[in-house]
This record gives sequence, structure tokens and C-alpha cells, in this order.
Amino acid sequence: MKVILPIIIPLIGALLSIALVHKPMVSRWIGVLASLATLMASAILMVSVDTQGIHVLHSGGWQAPFGISLVADRLGAVMVAVSSLVAFCASIYAFKDIPNQLVKKHFIALVLFLLMGVNGAYLTGDLFNLYVWFEVLLSASFVLLVLGSGHQQFKGSLKYVVLNLLGSTLFLIGAGLLYSKVGTLNMADLAFKLSSHEQSDLVNSSGILLLLAFGLKAGVFPLFFWLPSSYPTAPYTVSALFAGLLTKVGIYAIIRSMTLFLSGAQDDLQTLLITVALLTMVLGVLGAVAQGHIRQILSFHIISQVGYILAGVALFTVAGLAGAIFYLVHHIIVKSNLFFIAGMIERQRGSDDLYKTGRLRKMAPVLSVLFFISGFSLAGLPLLSGFWAKLAVLKAGLEEGAWLLSAGVVLVGIITLLSMLKIWIGSFWEGSRPSPTGDPIKATPLPLSMVLPSILLGAITLGLGLVGGDLYSYSIRAAEDLIEPMTIIQAVLGESP
Amino acid sequence: MEWILGITAGILLSTGLYSLLKRHLLQILIGILLMGHGANLMVFLSGGLNPGQPAFVAEGAKALSRNSSDPLPQALVLTAIVIGFGIVGFVLILFKQSWVIVGSLSTEAYRTSKGERRNT
Repeated sequence: MKVILPIIIPLIGALLSIALVHKPMVSRWIGVLASLATLMASAILMVSVDTQGIHVLHSGGWQAPFGISLVADRLGAVMVAVSSLVAFCASIYAFKDIPNQLVKKHFIALVLFLLMGVNGAYLTGDLFNLYVWFEVLLSASFVLLVLGSGHQQFKGSLKYVVLNLLGSTLFLIGAGLLYSKVGTLNMADLAFKLSSHEQSDLVNSSGILLLLAFGLKAGVFPLFFWLPSSYPTAPYTVSALFAGLLTKVGIYAIIRSMTLFLSGAQDDLQTLLITVALLTMVLGVLGAVAQGHIRQILSFHIISQVGYILAGVALFTVAGLAGAIFYLVHHIIVKSNLFFIAGMIERQRGSDDLYKTGRLRKMAPVLSVLFFISGFSLAGLPLLSGFWAKLAVLKAGLEEGAWLLSAGVVLVGIITLLSMLKIWIGSFWEGSRPSPTGDPIKATPLPLSMVLPSILLGAITLGLGLVGGDLYSYSIRAAEDLIEPMTIIQAVLGESP
Repeated sequence: MEWILGITAGILLSTGLYSLLKRHLLQILIGILLMGHGANLMVFLSGGLNPGQPAFVAEGAKALSRNSSDPLPQALVLTAIVIGFGIVGFVLILFKQSWVIVGSLSTEAYRTSKGERRNT
């Protein structure tokens, strides 16, 4: 029962908000309450998974290889919890950021459907069901992206829609081919059947189609260009939601597939994954350096961070996977918060162009502190959560002797710091240029509903930095479950499969 | 029988991809449609084709007989078709809105539209 609550609650909330769409205020509160309830349900799930082991729900009472199983292990549970947290913050932030006009176009329902799709993808144990959840979250994200459509939004959404549809097609073909060869779609059963085969990497050649589809959704190296052109065009609430939820589902699917049904091909794919991770990191951060708008800088940083996470995954060690999981959690919280902050900067100064903003340090001290925490956590300043995340990946890389990868991690960290400094100097310090009219700019007070979610996320970032050990040991436990597929296979299929 | 459908799926996928790379939005839509059909056909094929064998479990038996097709991929394809239908509906609306707002159905128009200049 616990397993299905993070999927059911957003669904009920979304349906309620569709029914009450003519009362925008009621609809907004439904969004806040539903995502809060989801957050609580997923926190309970996470604690209970951590203490009692993997939770499995066979939907409809059908036993594992035949029915659709919902599986919550430590990785899935923590991802659900963090995603629900971001959705909760976004639904508070939306009070002032999203006009009533968009709420009347079912904005709240779409956010909740998105959350439902994301949580479903994290909790399903069935490959085809994963495809369905991907489509649920993609459909919701398509509409969110073009809602309140402007010129620019269409351009970005076209790339996003077409490329993601291509990804879904590849996913479907990959799943079909895998089924025709192995005869099951349950991920644990797939892993079990493939592990008992001598040449499972050859049986599983079509798995590369799945990897390609997941990589496209995660925004890794050759397939990332839809991301920076679509994320910065939506309203800030939507950008923050997408930054926290969407690419992470792709990364999650890569982790899941590499540890379950592609685990036989780990050796063949390791070089490919490490190369892709390195290129993703470096090209993402170089793209960010070239940008002049805060949101574009942040969008490119998503790519380079995805590279970091993939680097952890590609090592296939407990330390590497634990680093990747820790990085995922840190990254979701920090990146969503940075988009929230960019929204507040634009609200204060009318633009997120670095050359048009400035002097925010004096005008908005709270905002400056918030940016400092998140921005420099992203860059990996010691004592903030990003430092531990980068350290974990770096340490895992050095242990495996992946020198080039480790060098990349350090170098990209430095460039990230550079581009965070660029935002800090451009927007918070004196500003590169005086304001065109020369008038003293007065700060408009920021609405509480925008500052509060940002403070919440900032506090969590600080907390993760100061007591990051707890989350890291949780990540280690999650990674140990992942590296040994038999744990999850036994949990899903029963003791003696 | 399988090989005909296999080749058909290949043709659908390749023509779909070709069409997807075009500049006109309607051609892109046709590409999406063709690729979707190709993918559905491949999943359908994964259950095997055995004409004249209804997917009923014979009396007394526990499973389907060896020479009947696997019904599961057919159920999967139904799901995929429904999802694809919804998505294509959305894409049609998106392209129609693009015609209203951008005033063109060519992706070239996106490159030269006002939005691009604002960015640089």
C-alpha cells in the first residue's frame, strides 16, 4: 500500500483540481496539499524501505513475472521523496509566478500528472510499464512547456517534442525486441533470466536501443541539444520542475537498466559510458560559459551535472553508484532552487540577462544568501552539499584508476565555479554596466510564496553539506542493493526464483 | 509471413526517419506517425505470427499451446497505439498553434523569427 501512495495521491489531486478549475485559489491549494501529502507518503516509504528492505506490490494480485510489480528499493524511494519535495516547492512558488489565467488552463493538474508520471517511473518494476510512465510524464511536460505560449516557447518545444517522441519510439522497439528474446518484461525477471545465460551481452544487443532512449531523455552528450533550447523558454516554475524531475528520470532509468537487465554488458559498455560522461561534463560546462542569461547558464549546467552522475554510474562500483545517487539528490534540490532564484532575480530586475541586472547584493540580501548557498553548492565549494557529491564521484574515480575521468571531474568543477562567479559578479555585485537610464533602482519586495520554497531548499542544501554523512551512508546502502541484483530479484520473484 | 512484416517495419522506420529530418512541420508529423507504426509493428512481431490459432488455453492445460502466438505483445501494441494516438493529437494542435503564432509551418521560420534575435 505504501508503494502506491506516491502515485495515487497526485492522481487524486489532479482530478480534484480539474473538477475545481474554475476556482483558481482552491485549485492552487489542492496542488500544495496534494504534493505535501505525496511528500509525506514518500518520506514514510523511504524510511520504511530503509529499515525493512525492498517493498514490492503485485498489482491486481498477479504474481511477479506475469503481473505488473511496483518495486520500491532505496534508490527509487529516495528519488520519489526528492521529486515530491521539488513539486511541493514548485506548487508554492506557483502562487505568484503562474497567473490565474494559466491555472484555469489546468496548470495545477498538469504539475500533479507530471509528478505522478515521475513517481510511477521510479517505482515500477516492469519495463513496459516504465514506457507508459515515461509517456505520462512526457505528455504532461509537453503541455506544461507550451502553456502560455510565446514565440520562443514554440521553438524550444518543437525540438523537445520531436526528439522525445523519437526517444519513445526507440524505447518501444527496444522493449519489444527484448521481450521477443527473453519472454518477460519484469525487470527483475529479465535480470534473472539474462544472468543465467552464458552470453547475455549478445542476447541483449538490442539493449543499446533502450540505453539510447534513456540517454536522450537524460540529456547526455550527443543527444542533449533539445535541453538548453527548451528549458529556458517556459515559466520559471516549469523550468525548475523540469530541471528537478525530467532528466533525472532518464538517468534513473540508465542506472536501473545497467544494474539489472544490462548488467551482463557492463564491461562492453563501460568505456562508452565513461567517454560519454566525460564529454557530457565538458561540453555542458563549456556551453554554459558562453551564455549570458542566467537561465541558459543553468540549463547548460544541468547537462554537465548529468555527466557527473553518469560518471559515477559508469564506474560500476559501490562507491561510484553511491556517489551518483548522492549527486542526484543534491543536484535535484540545488538546481530547482537555482531556477527559483533566477525567477526572483527576473522579478526584481525585469530580466535574467547578466548585463542588465546587478547590485542585487545590496538590494536583496536574502536572495543573495540563497543564491550563494545554491550556486556555490553547485560549484562544489567545501561544506556545501555539492562538495561532498563531487568528492564522492572523484574518490570513486580515483579508486578505479580512471585518471582521465577524475581529471575531468576536477576541471569541470573549476569551470562551474567560474560560471557561478560570473552570475554572482554580474547580478549580485555591482553589475557589469550601469543601468541604461541611470536611475537608482529600487527593489520590489519579493512575495513570501516565492522566497519560502527557496529558503526551504537552501536550508536542505546547507543541511546536506553539514550532515551529508547520513545521506551518503544511505546512498552506500542503496548502491550495495544495486550492485548485487540478486537482492532485488529475490524481493520481486520470491525467495527461490 | 514474419519476414514480410519485418521488412515492412524496416521500411516504415526508415521512411519515417527520412521524413522526420525534413523542414516542413507536416512532413515531421508524417515521420512521427510512420516511425510509430514501424515500432508498433516490431512489438507486434515479437509475439510471433501463427494464423488460425486463437489464444485460448485448452481444457485441462495450464498454458497456451506451443504453436499459438503470444497475446501479450498484442496487448502492449494496443497500449502503444492509444498512447501514440494521443501524442499525435497533441502534436497536431501544437503545429496548428505554431501556424497561428509563428505564421509558418517551416522550421526555417523558427530560426529567423523574433525570438531568436532576443537571445543573441
